[in-house]
Amino acid sequence: MLADATFSVHTGETLAIVGPSGSGKSTLLRLLNRLDEPTTGSILLDDTDYKQIVPQELRRRVAMVTQRPFLFPGTVDSNLQFGPRQRREVLSSARIDELLASVGLAGYASRDVANLSGGEAQRVSFARTLANRPEILLLDEPTSALDEDSRHGIETLILEITRRSPVAASTPDIASANPQLTCVLVTHDLAQAARLAQRALVLKSGHIVKNGPIEEVLRAEDSVS
Amino acid sequence: MLKILFHDPLRLGLAQAAAAALSALIVVFLARKRGIHLEKELAVALVRGLVQIIAVGSILLLLLRAPDWTSVFLLTAMIVAAGATSARRAKGMPGAFPVSTWAIACGAGSVIALMTWLGVIDTPITTLVPVGSMLIANAMNTNGLAMNRFRTDVLAHVGEIETALALGADGKSSVASYVQGSFEASLIPAIDSLRSLGIVWIPGLMAGMLLSGSRPLYAAIYQFVVLAMIFAASGLTSLVATLLIRNRVFSPAEQLVLRPGNGA
Repeated sequence: MLADATFSVHTGETLAIVGPSGSGKSTLLRLLNRLDEPTTGSILLDDTDYKQIVPQELRRRVAMVTQRPFLFPGTVDSNLQFGPRQRREVLSSARIDELLASVGLAGYASRDVANLSGGEAQRVSFARTLANRPEILLLDEPTSALDEDSRHGIETLILEITRRSPVAASTPDIASANPQLTCVLVTHDLAQAARLAQRALVLKSGHIVKNGPIEEVLRAEDSVS
Repeated sequence: MLKILFHDPLRLGLAQAAAAALSALIVVFLARKRGIHLEKELAVALVRGLVQIIAVGSILLLLLRAPDWTSVFLLTAMIVAAGATSARRAKGMPGAFPVSTWAIACGAGSVIALMTWLGVIDTPITTLVPVGSMLIANAMNTNGLAMNRFRTDVLAHVGEIETALALGADGKSSVASYVQGSFEASLIPAIDSLRSLGIVWIPGLMAGMLLSGSRPLYAAIYQFVVLAMIFAASGLTSLVATLLIRNRVFSPAEQLVLRPGNGA
């Protein structure tokens, strides 16, 4: 599926991976989360081969938000507790409130996830992932299943949690909870990549065909189309 | 009516088998009317079942004269055959055959061994093999149900399972609810058999004991004993099968290998 894919992601940046359907974008993200195993080559996390890291620990540090939120039956609170519970940790209600406030869902802790809208469910999915205090956030088409309003809300949220939004200053709790949060965003939407990322990588048929600053990559893509 | 037409026991038996098979064919015909095609599977199962049971009947004739210790080999062969049969219900599951065989060996095998040691099952081959085969057959069915249910649940919830993995859960935790569901679902027939014993049905073993002149009370108690042993063997088999199979659907790096398109 992927071949000769060599690239780096720098601490604190947002890297967009763009390309047509079937180009290998989601496969690349699954490899980074180690849900799939690379057949050749290696993936390094802070100069350490990620196979040297216990898979559960790796996935906590390199966390993924999927296109569909796949919330577990129960309350919003129980979903947020899921990750920490794997390490026998319990989030305080103050921390739950803090996480929910950061995704715009203050007061939702006791709600049943079955009653959430698509946009709300995706916000809970973000909060659930952030509850693990990841270092790298992998986002797989996080807005493609949402309506326009929800999409805008999630994009704002991504900017806030990666601390590049004008409103980032109003949410210092998230910045302190996730210092230097690095983000890898898979999207088929070039405009979204431009809004959210500083760098882009273009995949076609499993090969990286461009890799550089977002403006440069988009200009090259525009001239091709 | 058949007894009037056929006096020879063998011909009578074949005629009775044909009549029973005919009733199954009527079901196939009715299913076909509703667009459900069972013809091939049922035809193969009927012919195979008939040939197998005639073969076993012939072997049992020889067994009457075989030494008792040969029971061990016969029951072991039955466990392996049961493992192979029920593994087919778990298409695409990695290691379905060894898991099924181990599960049935642990479940049915241990109950047979313990009950024989306690004297609940008599040691003569003519008792041990038929009673043991009942436990193995029921363990096989339970194992097939558990594996099939687990496979279906995992394939239907790949997103949820991988989300749990992505949140730092290990494979065992991410499929825990499906393991529990499979275990419970697989035991429904065994529980229902115990619940309805004597009310909805009088099992074959008790009927046979009554026909052969046993005291009705003893026949009834022994039937309960057999069903309780079946429940124990089935429950243990399902428990072992679900515990073993949950590890087989993940790679050593805790990646879900049972996914649509991976031969499942």
